[in-house]
Amino acid sequence: MTSPRPSPAYTKAHDARRSLWFAALAGIGVMAGIDEIVFHQLLQWHHFFDHATPGIGILSDGLLHVAELLAIVIGAFLLIDLAQRRLLATRWAWAGVFLGMGVFQLFDGIVSHKILRIHQIRYGVDLLVYDLIWNLSALGLLLIGMGLVRRARRSERR
Amino acid sequence: MHTVHTMPAHEGPTQLPWLPLILLSLLMLGYLLAAGRQRRQGNGWSGHRCALFVLGSVVLGAAVAPPVMSWAHHDLRGHMLLHLVMGMLAPLAWVLAAPVTLLLRSLPRPGARFIAVLLRSLPIRLVSHPVGAMLLNIGGMYLLYLTPLYTLSLRSEALHYWVHLHFLIAGYLFCWSILAGPDASPHRLSLRFRLGVLFLAMATHALLGKLMYGYLQPHGTGHSMEQIQAAAQLMYYGGDLAEVLLAIVLLLVWLRTPVERREPLFRAGQPSPQRPPAPPRQAGHPACTITPTPPVHASGTGYIEDMLEILHKARIPRYRLAR
Repeated sequence: MTSPRPSPAYTKAHDARRSLWFAALAGIGVMAGIDEIVFHQLLQWHHFFDHATPGIGILSDGLLHVAELLAIVIGAFLLIDLAQRRLLATRWAWAGVFLGMGVFQLFDGIVSHKILRIHQIRYGVDLLVYDLIWNLSALGLLLIGMGLVRRARRSERR
Repeated sequence: MHTVHTMPAHEGPTQLPWLPLILLSLLMLGYLLAAGRQRRQGNGWSGHRCALFVLGSVVLGAAVAPPVMSWAHHDLRGHMLLHLVMGMLAPLAWVLAAPVTLLLRSLPRPGARFIAVLLRSLPIRLVSHPVGAMLLNIGGMYLLYLTPLYTLSLRSEALHYWVHLHFLIAGYLFCWSILAGPDASPHRLSLRFRLGVLFLAMATHALLGKLMYGYLQPHGTGHSMEQIQAAAQLMYYGGDLAEVLLAIVLLLVWLRTPVERREPLFRAGQPSPQRPPAPPRQAGHPACTITPTPPVHASGTGYIEDMLEILHKARIPRYRLAR
Protein backbone atom coordinates (compact mmCIF):
# COMPACT_ATOMS: atom_id res chain seq x y z
CA MET A 1 0.00 0.00 0.00
CA THR A 2 2.76 2.39 0.86
CA SER A 3 6.28 2.78 -0.36
CA PRO A 4 9.05 0.54 0.91
CA ARG A 5 10.13 1.42 4.40
CA PRO A 6 13.56 2.92 4.67
CA SER A 7 14.48 1.63 8.11
CA PRO A 8 12.91 -0.51 10.83
CA ALA A 9 13.08 2.38 13.28
CA TYR A 10 11.09 4.48 10.89
CA THR A 11 7.72 2.91 10.33
CA LYS A 12 5.82 5.71 8.64
CA ALA A 13 7.22 6.02 5.16
CA HIS A 14 4.25 8.09 4.17
CA ASP A 15 2.64 11.31 5.24
CA ALA A 16 -0.73 10.42 6.71
CA ARG A 17 -1.80 13.93 7.65
CA ARG A 18 -1.04 15.37 4.24
CA SER A 19 -2.64 12.46 2.42
CA LEU A 20 -5.80 12.98 4.44
CA TRP A 21 -5.99 16.74 3.97
CA PHE A 22 -5.15 16.81 0.27
CA ALA A 23 -7.64 14.03 -0.43
CA ALA A 24 -10.25 15.89 1.62
CA LEU A 25 -9.65 18.94 -0.56
CA ALA A 26 -10.26 16.84 -3.65
CA GLY A 27 -13.32 15.25 -1.99
CA ILE A 28 -14.86 18.65 -1.28
CA GLY A 29 -14.37 19.59 -4.92
CA VAL A 30 -15.78 16.31 -6.20
CA MET A 31 -18.92 16.56 -4.07
CA ALA A 32 -19.48 20.14 -5.12
CA GLY A 33 -18.95 19.11 -8.72
CA ILE A 34 -21.51 16.31 -8.39
CA ASP A 35 -23.92 18.78 -6.82
CA GLU A 36 -23.38 21.21 -9.64
CA ILE A 37 -23.76 18.65 -12.41
CA VAL A 38 -26.69 16.69 -10.98
CA PHE A 39 -28.81 19.42 -9.44
CA HIS A 40 -27.98 22.38 -11.65
CA GLN A 41 -27.45 20.76 -15.01
CA LEU A 42 -29.32 17.46 -15.13
CA LEU A 43 -32.31 17.96 -12.84
CA GLN A 44 -32.31 21.77 -13.07
CA TRP A 45 -33.76 21.95 -9.57
CA HIS A 46 -31.44 24.71 -8.51
CA HIS A 47 -31.68 28.00 -10.29
CA PHE A 48 -28.69 29.60 -11.93
CA PHE A 49 -29.65 32.95 -10.50
CA ASP A 50 -32.16 33.43 -7.72
CA HIS A 51 -33.37 37.00 -7.32
CA ALA A 52 -34.35 36.22 -3.75
CA THR A 53 -30.70 35.71 -2.88
CA PRO A 54 -29.04 38.65 -1.18
CA GLY A 55 -26.04 40.11 -2.99
CA ILE A 56 -23.60 38.65 -0.52
CA GLY A 57 -25.08 35.23 -1.25
CA ILE A 58 -24.38 35.55 -4.97
CA LEU A 59 -20.83 36.64 -4.23
CA SER A 60 -20.20 33.79 -1.83
CA ASP A 61 -21.80 31.38 -4.27
CA GLY A 62 -19.36 32.52 -6.94
CA LEU A 63 -16.43 32.10 -4.56
CA LEU A 64 -17.62 28.64 -3.57
CA HIS A 65 -18.12 27.59 -7.15
CA VAL A 66 -14.59 28.57 -8.10
CA ALA A 67 -13.15 27.14 -4.90
CA GLU A 68 -14.71 23.77 -5.66
CA LEU A 69 -13.25 23.72 -9.16
CA LEU A 70 -9.79 24.59 -7.96
CA ALA A 71 -10.16 22.18 -5.03
CA ILE A 72 -10.55 19.23 -7.41
CA VAL A 73 -7.61 20.32 -9.56
CA ILE A 74 -5.25 21.35 -6.77
CA GLY A 75 -6.22 18.39 -4.56
CA ALA A 76 -5.55 15.94 -7.38
CA PHE A 77 -2.21 17.51 -8.21
CA LEU A 78 -1.14 17.60 -4.58
CA LEU A 79 -1.92 13.90 -4.31
CA ILE A 80 0.13 13.19 -7.44
CA ASP A 81 2.93 15.27 -5.94
CA LEU A 82 2.76 13.23 -2.72
CA ALA A 83 2.76 10.00 -4.68
CA GLN A 84 5.81 11.10 -6.64
CA ARG A 85 7.55 11.89 -3.37
CA ARG A 86 6.54 8.38 -2.21
CA LEU A 87 4.64 9.83 0.72
CA LEU A 88 1.08 9.01 -0.24
CA ALA A 89 -0.86 6.94 2.30
CA THR A 90 -3.68 5.45 0.27
CA ARG A 91 -5.89 4.46 3.20
CA TRP A 92 -5.69 7.91 4.72
CA ALA A 93 -6.36 9.45 1.34
CA TRP A 94 -9.57 7.45 0.89
CA ALA A 95 -10.70 8.49 4.33
CA GLY A 96 -9.98 12.08 3.37
CA VAL A 97 -12.04 11.85 0.19
CA PHE A 98 -15.15 10.71 2.09
CA LEU A 99 -14.68 13.17 4.92
CA GLY A 100 -14.27 15.98 2.42
CA MET A 101 -17.40 14.96 0.55
CA GLY A 102 -19.41 14.70 3.75
CA VAL A 103 -18.20 18.00 5.12
CA PHE A 104 -19.08 19.78 1.92
CA GLN A 105 -22.49 18.20 1.69
CA LEU A 106 -23.27 19.16 5.27
CA PHE A 107 -21.94 22.68 4.75
CA ASP A 108 -24.02 23.07 1.60
CA GLY A 109 -27.11 21.67 3.27
CA ILE A 110 -26.88 23.83 6.36
CA VAL A 111 -24.94 26.99 5.59
CA SER A 112 -25.74 27.57 1.90
CA HIS A 113 -29.32 26.37 1.89
CA LYS A 114 -30.51 27.29 5.35
CA ILE A 115 -28.36 30.08 6.79
CA LEU A 116 -27.25 32.07 3.72
CA ARG A 117 -30.27 30.87 1.74
CA ILE A 118 -28.34 31.06 -1.52
CA HIS A 119 -30.73 28.66 -3.15
CA GLN A 120 -32.97 25.80 -2.14
CA ILE A 121 -32.71 22.19 -3.17
CA ARG A 122 -35.93 22.34 -5.12
CA TYR A 123 -38.60 24.92 -5.66
CA GLY A 124 -42.32 24.58 -5.16
CA VAL A 125 -42.15 21.51 -2.93
CA ASP A 126 -42.12 20.75 0.76
CA LEU A 127 -38.47 21.27 1.53
CA LEU A 128 -38.28 19.36 4.81
CA VAL A 129 -37.95 15.92 3.21
CA TYR A 130 -35.35 17.13 0.76
CA ASP A 131 -33.35 18.87 3.45
CA LEU A 132 -33.49 15.80 5.67
CA ILE A 133 -32.30 13.46 2.93
CA TRP A 134 -29.61 15.91 1.93
CA ASN A 135 -28.17 16.29 5.39
CA LEU A 136 -28.54 12.62 6.28
CA SER A 137 -26.59 11.68 3.17
CA ALA A 138 -23.94 14.11 4.37
CA LEU A 139 -23.82 12.37 7.74
CA GLY A 140 -23.59 9.01 5.97
CA LEU A 141 -20.56 10.16 4.01
CA LEU A 142 -18.97 11.49 7.20
CA LEU A 143 -19.55 8.16 8.94
CA ILE A 144 -17.93 6.26 6.08
CA GLY A 145 -15.02 8.68 6.28
CA MET A 146 -14.62 8.17 10.00
CA GLY A 147 -14.76 4.41 9.55
CA LEU A 148 -11.97 4.66 7.01
CA VAL A 149 -9.94 6.81 9.40
CA ARG A 150 -10.26 4.10 12.04
CA ARG A 151 -9.23 1.45 9.56
CA ALA A 152 -6.22 3.52 8.48
CA ARG A 153 -5.21 4.07 12.10
CA ARG A 154 -5.52 0.39 12.92
CA SER A 155 -3.42 -0.63 9.94
CA GLU A 156 -0.80 1.85 11.10
CA ARG A 157 -0.56 0.38 14.59
CA ARG A 158 0.09 -3.04 13.20
CA MET B 1 -38.46 42.67 -26.22
CA HIS B 2 -36.48 44.42 -28.86
CA THR B 3 -35.38 42.62 -31.95
CA VAL B 4 -32.02 42.75 -33.58
CA HIS B 5 -33.35 45.32 -36.05
CA THR B 6 -32.89 48.08 -33.54
CA MET B 7 -29.23 47.27 -33.81
CA PRO B 8 -26.44 49.63 -34.70
CA ALA B 9 -26.17 51.41 -37.97
CA HIS B 10 -23.31 49.57 -39.60
CA GLU B 11 -23.23 45.91 -40.53
CA GLY B 12 -20.19 44.84 -38.61
CA PRO B 13 -16.72 46.04 -39.36
CA THR B 14 -16.84 46.71 -43.06
CA GLN B 15 -13.56 48.38 -43.83
CA LEU B 16 -10.62 46.03 -44.09
CA PRO B 17 -12.47 42.95 -42.84
CA TRP B 18 -9.53 40.73 -43.73
CA LEU B 19 -6.88 42.87 -42.03
CA PRO B 20 -6.80 40.84 -38.78
CA LEU B 21 -6.43 37.61 -40.73
CA ILE B 22 -3.59 39.03 -42.83
CA LEU B 23 -1.78 40.26 -39.72
CA LEU B 24 -2.25 36.89 -38.05
CA SER B 25 -0.88 35.01 -41.04
CA LEU B 26 2.16 37.27 -41.09
CA LEU B 27 2.71 36.71 -37.37
CA MET B 28 2.46 32.96 -37.76
CA LEU B 29 4.76 32.97 -40.76
CA GLY B 30 7.26 35.08 -38.83
CA TYR B 31 7.21 32.68 -35.90
CA LEU B 32 7.68 29.62 -38.08
CA LEU B 33 10.49 31.21 -40.10
CA ALA B 34 12.29 32.25 -36.92
CA ALA B 35 11.82 28.80 -35.41
CA GLY B 36 13.10 27.20 -38.61
CA ARG B 37 16.17 29.42 -38.51
CA GLN B 38 16.87 28.42 -34.91
CA ARG B 39 16.70 24.78 -35.89
CA ARG B 40 18.94 25.23 -38.93
CA GLN B 41 21.48 27.05 -36.80
CA GLY B 42 21.56 24.07 -34.49
CA ASN B 43 20.03 25.94 -31.56
CA GLY B 44 16.92 23.89 -31.81
CA TRP B 45 13.34 24.96 -31.22
CA SER B 46 10.73 22.58 -29.96
CA GLY B 47 8.20 21.35 -32.46
CA HIS B 48 5.58 21.41 -29.71
CA ARG B 49 5.98 25.13 -29.39
CA CYS B 50 5.57 25.59 -33.13
CA ALA B 51 2.45 23.45 -33.04
CA LEU B 52 1.06 25.47 -30.14
CA PHE B 53 1.69 28.76 -31.91
CA VAL B 54 0.03 27.47 -35.06
CA LEU B 55 -2.88 26.15 -33.01
CA GLY B 56 -3.35 29.50 -31.27
CA SER B 57 -3.13 31.36 -34.55
CA VAL B 58 -5.56 29.07 -36.36
CA VAL B 59 -8.10 29.27 -33.55
CA LEU B 60 -7.72 33.01 -33.47
CA GLY B 61 -7.96 33.16 -37.24
CA ALA B 62 -11.23 31.24 -37.14
CA ALA B 63 -12.52 33.69 -34.56
CA VAL B 64 -11.68 36.83 -36.51
CA ALA B 65 -12.76 35.55 -39.91
CA PRO B 66 -15.26 38.08 -41.31
CA PRO B 67 -18.33 35.77 -41.33
CA VAL B 68 -17.77 34.78 -37.70
CA MET B 69 -17.11 38.38 -36.73
CA SER B 70 -20.33 39.62 -38.26
CA TRP B 71 -22.29 36.82 -36.54
CA ALA B 72 -20.71 37.79 -33.24
CA HIS B 73 -21.63 41.35 -33.96
CA HIS B 74 -25.33 40.55 -33.95
CA ASP B 75 -25.50 37.75 -31.45
CA LEU B 76 -24.25 38.14 -27.91
CA ARG B 77 -23.65 34.40 -27.66
CA GLY B 78 -21.38 34.62 -30.67
CA HIS B 79 -19.63 37.57 -29.11
CA MET B 80 -19.08 35.63 -25.89
CA LEU B 81 -17.72 32.61 -27.70
CA LEU B 82 -15.37 34.87 -29.60
CA HIS B 83 -14.36 36.54 -26.40
CA LEU B 84 -13.60 33.16 -24.85
CA VAL B 85 -11.44 32.11 -27.77
CA MET B 86 -9.67 35.43 -28.23
CA GLY B 87 -9.19 36.25 -24.60
CA MET B 88 -8.43 32.88 -23.06
CA LEU B 89 -7.80 29.89 -25.30
CA ALA B 90 -5.70 31.34 -28.10
CA PRO B 91 -3.52 33.39 -25.69
CA LEU B 92 -2.82 30.28 -23.61
CA ALA B 93 -1.55 28.43 -26.68
CA TRP B 94 0.54 31.45 -27.68
CA VAL B 95 2.08 31.87 -24.24
CA LEU B 96 3.10 28.22 -24.23
CA ALA B 97 4.78 28.78 -27.59
CA ALA B 98 7.32 31.13 -25.92
CA PRO B 99 7.24 33.78 -28.65
CA VAL B 100 9.26 36.33 -26.67
CA THR B 101 12.13 33.92 -26.17
CA LEU B 102 12.09 33.15 -29.87
CA LEU B 103 12.08 36.87 -30.64
CA LEU B 104 15.02 37.51 -28.31
CA ARG B 105 16.95 34.67 -29.87
CA SER B 106 16.19 35.73 -33.41
CA LEU B 107 16.97 39.43 -33.15
CA PRO B 108 20.51 40.73 -33.50
CA ARG B 109 22.14 41.51 -30.18
CA PRO B 110 21.34 45.25 -29.92
CA GLY B 111 17.73 44.58 -30.80
CA ALA B 112 17.49 41.77 -28.27
CA ARG B 113 19.03 43.98 -25.61
CA PHE B 114 16.50 46.68 -26.40
CA ILE B 115 13.62 44.21 -26.03
CA ALA B 116 15.09 42.87 -22.81
CA VAL B 117 15.31 46.40 -21.38
CA LEU B 118 11.80 47.11 -22.59
CA LEU B 119 10.52 43.98 -20.86
CA ARG B 120 12.02 45.22 -17.67
CA SER B 121 10.48 48.68 -17.90
CA LEU B 122 7.92 49.70 -15.32
CA PRO B 123 4.84 49.58 -17.59
CA ILE B 124 5.62 46.03 -18.68
CA ARG B 125 6.39 45.00 -15.13
CA LEU B 126 3.02 46.36 -14.06
CA VAL B 127 0.97 44.63 -16.72
CA SER B 128 2.88 41.37 -16.44
CA HIS B 129 2.25 41.13 -12.71
CA PRO B 130 -0.61 38.73 -12.03
CA VAL B 131 -2.60 41.39 -10.20
CA GLY B 132 -2.05 44.00 -12.91
CA ALA B 133 -2.91 41.52 -15.65
CA MET B 134 -6.00 40.44 -13.76
CA LEU B 135 -7.19 44.03 -13.42
CA LEU B 136 -6.66 44.58 -17.14
CA ASN B 137 -8.36 41.35 -18.05
CA ILE B 138 -11.31 41.00 -15.67
CA GLY B 139 -11.58 44.72 -14.91
CA GLY B 140 -11.80 45.37 -18.63
CA MET B 141 -14.70 42.93 -18.84
CA TYR B 142 -16.60 44.64 -16.04
CA LEU B 143 -16.07 47.94 -17.79
CA LEU B 144 -17.20 46.55 -21.11
CA TYR B 145 -20.32 44.69 -20.06
CA LEU B 146 -21.62 46.76 -17.17
CA THR B 147 -21.26 50.18 -18.81
CA PRO B 148 -22.51 51.50 -22.16
CA LEU B 149 -19.08 50.71 -23.60
CA TYR B 150 -20.33 47.51 -25.20
CA THR B 151 -23.11 49.29 -27.04
CA LEU B 152 -20.66 51.95 -28.17
CA SER B 153 -18.29 49.28 -29.43
CA LEU B 154 -21.04 47.96 -31.67
CA ARG B 155 -21.33 51.36 -33.28
CA SER B 156 -17.75 52.41 -33.65
CA GLU B 157 -15.43 50.35 -35.75
CA ALA B 158 -12.27 51.62 -34.11
CA LEU B 159 -13.64 50.84 -30.66
CA HIS B 160 -14.73 47.43 -31.89
CA TYR B 161 -11.21 46.54 -33.03
CA TRP B 162 -9.73 47.98 -29.88
CA VAL B 163 -12.00 45.92 -27.63
CA HIS B 164 -10.99 42.70 -29.35
CA LEU B 165 -7.34 43.62 -29.34
CA HIS B 166 -7.68 44.34 -25.63
CA PHE B 167 -9.18 40.89 -25.04
CA LEU B 168 -6.26 39.29 -26.82
CA ILE B 169 -3.49 41.30 -25.16
CA ALA B 170 -5.00 41.20 -21.69
CA GLY B 171 -5.63 37.48 -22.03
CA TYR B 172 -2.06 36.91 -23.13
CA LEU B 173 -0.65 38.95 -20.27
CA PHE B 174 -2.84 37.14 -17.77
CA CYS B 175 -1.86 33.66 -18.95
CA TRP B 176 1.80 34.68 -19.00
CA SER B 177 1.68 36.26 -15.56
CA ILE B 178 0.04 33.18 -14.04
CA LEU B 179 2.28 30.63 -15.73
CA ALA B 180 5.35 32.88 -15.34
CA GLY B 181 6.82 30.94 -18.20
CA PRO B 182 8.00 29.59 -20.55
CA ASP B 183 9.10 33.13 -21.46
CA ALA B 184 11.04 34.39 -18.45
CA SER B 185 8.75 36.56 -16.35
CA PRO B 186 10.09 39.77 -14.80
CA HIS B 187 8.48 38.68 -11.54
CA ARG B 188 9.51 35.90 -9.23
CA LEU B 189 6.28 35.00 -7.54
CA SER B 190 5.47 31.85 -5.68
CA LEU B 191 3.18 29.23 -7.15
CA ARG B 192 0.79 29.73 -4.26
CA PHE B 193 0.47 33.45 -4.92
CA ARG B 194 -0.23 32.88 -8.60
CA LEU B 195 -2.83 30.24 -7.82
CA GLY B 196 -4.43 32.70 -5.41
CA VAL B 197 -4.68 35.38 -8.07
CA LEU B 198 -6.10 32.86 -10.50
CA PHE B 199 -8.71 31.98 -7.89
CA LEU B 200 -9.69 35.62 -7.50
CA ALA B 201 -9.85 36.13 -11.24
CA MET B 202 -12.06 33.08 -11.67
CA ALA B 203 -14.38 34.19 -8.91
CA THR B 204 -14.80 37.72 -10.24
CA HIS B 205 -15.27 36.37 -13.74
CA ALA B 206 -17.99 33.98 -12.54
CA LEU B 207 -19.61 36.79 -10.57
CA LEU B 208 -19.75 38.94 -13.70
CA GLY B 209 -21.48 36.10 -15.53
CA LYS B 210 -24.08 35.91 -12.77
CA LEU B 211 -24.60 39.65 -12.72
CA MET B 212 -25.08 39.76 -16.48
CA TYR B 213 -27.55 36.91 -16.23
CA GLY B 214 -29.50 38.37 -13.36
CA TYR B 215 -29.58 42.01 -14.42
CA LEU B 216 -29.57 41.45 -18.20
CA GLN B 217 -26.40 43.34 -18.86
CA PRO B 218 -25.24 44.82 -21.19
CA HIS B 219 -28.27 47.09 -21.44
CA GLY B 220 -29.53 48.77 -24.56
CA THR B 221 -28.08 46.39 -27.12
CA GLY B 222 -31.40 45.13 -28.39
CA HIS B 223 -30.46 41.55 -27.56
CA SER B 224 -33.28 39.40 -26.26
CA MET B 225 -33.37 38.24 -22.67
CA GLU B 226 -32.78 34.62 -23.68
CA GLN B 227 -29.75 35.63 -25.68
CA ILE B 228 -28.20 37.61 -22.86
CA GLN B 229 -28.82 34.83 -20.37
CA ALA B 230 -27.39 32.21 -22.69
CA ALA B 231 -24.36 34.43 -23.26
CA ALA B 232 -23.93 34.97 -19.53
CA GLN B 233 -24.05 31.25 -18.86
CA LEU B 234 -21.54 30.72 -21.63
CA MET B 235 -19.31 33.23 -19.90
CA TYR B 236 -19.77 31.50 -16.57
CA TYR B 237 -19.13 27.92 -17.62
CA GLY B 238 -16.85 28.66 -20.56
CA GLY B 239 -14.76 31.00 -18.47
CA ASP B 240 -14.47 28.33 -15.80
CA LEU B 241 -13.35 25.79 -18.32
CA ALA B 242 -10.68 28.04 -19.76
CA GLU B 243 -9.42 29.10 -16.34
CA VAL B 244 -9.36 25.54 -15.02
CA LEU B 245 -7.39 24.66 -18.12
CA LEU B 246 -4.92 27.38 -17.15
CA ALA B 247 -4.70 25.97 -13.61
CA ILE B 248 -4.13 22.47 -14.98
CA VAL B 249 -1.39 23.68 -17.30
CA LEU B 250 0.23 25.57 -14.43
CA LEU B 251 0.21 22.50 -12.19
CA LEU B 252 1.33 20.18 -15.00
CA VAL B 253 4.33 22.44 -15.48
CA TRP B 254 4.88 22.25 -11.74
CA LEU B 255 4.79 18.45 -11.76
CA ARG B 256 7.30 18.35 -14.60
CA THR B 257 10.03 19.77 -12.45
CA PRO B 258 11.90 16.97 -10.67
CA VAL B 259 10.80 16.31 -7.10
CA GLU B 260 14.05 17.62 -5.60
CA ARG B 261 13.73 21.01 -7.27
CA ARG B 262 9.95 21.26 -7.11
CA GLU B 263 8.62 24.27 -5.22
CA PRO B 264 6.50 22.88 -2.38
CA LEU B 265 2.94 24.14 -2.44
CA PHE B 266 2.81 23.44 1.28
CA ARG B 267 5.77 23.32 3.62
CA ALA B 268 7.67 20.11 3.05
CA GLY B 269 6.61 18.16 6.11
CA GLN B 270 8.43 14.97 5.33
CA PRO B 271 9.36 13.31 8.56
CA SER B 272 13.06 12.69 8.36
CA PRO B 273 14.27 9.17 9.13
CA GLN B 274 16.33 10.40 12.06
CA ARG B 275 13.39 11.82 13.92
CA PRO B 276 10.70 9.74 15.52
CA PRO B 277 7.97 9.53 12.94
CA ALA B 278 4.97 10.87 14.78
CA PRO B 279 4.89 14.63 14.27
CA PRO B 280 3.18 16.63 17.00
CA ARG B 281 -0.39 16.94 15.92
CA GLN B 282 -1.11 20.50 15.10
CA ALA B 283 -4.50 21.63 16.13
CA GLY B 284 -6.56 23.52 13.66
CA HIS B 285 -6.81 23.90 9.97
CA PRO B 286 -4.09 22.74 7.60
CA ALA B 287 -3.90 26.26 6.26
CA CYS B 288 -2.18 27.17 9.53
CA THR B 289 0.81 25.13 8.48
CA ILE B 290 1.47 27.22 5.39
CA THR B 291 4.71 29.10 5.47
CA PRO B 292 5.64 31.46 2.69
CA THR B 293 8.55 30.22 0.65
CA PRO B 294 10.11 33.13 -1.16
CA PRO B 295 11.05 32.08 -4.68
CA VAL B 296 14.77 31.97 -5.10
CA HIS B 297 16.45 33.66 -7.97
CA ALA B 298 18.70 30.95 -9.30
CA SER B 299 21.75 32.82 -10.46
CA GLY B 300 21.37 35.93 -8.36
CA THR B 301 21.86 38.08 -11.44
CA GLY B 302 19.45 40.52 -12.97
CA TYR B 303 16.75 40.02 -15.48
CA ILE B 304 18.66 41.38 -18.48
CA GLU B 305 21.50 38.99 -17.78
CA ASP B 306 18.92 36.26 -17.68
CA MET B 307 17.58 37.25 -21.02
CA LEU B 308 21.01 37.39 -22.56
CA GLU B 309 21.80 34.05 -21.05
CA ILE B 310 18.71 32.68 -22.73
CA LEU B 311 19.97 34.12 -25.99
CA HIS B 312 23.13 32.11 -25.79
CA LYS B 313 21.76 28.94 -24.44
CA ALA B 314 21.60 26.23 -26.99
CA ARG B 315 18.29 24.97 -25.73
CA ILE B 316 15.78 26.44 -23.40
CA PRO B 317 14.40 24.02 -20.88
CA ARG B 318 10.98 22.72 -21.70
CA TYR B 319 8.05 24.38 -20.01
CA ARG B 320 9.09 25.36 -16.63
CA LEU B 321 8.18 27.76 -13.92
CA ALA B 322 9.97 30.91 -13.04
CA ARG B 323 13.03 29.68 -11.31
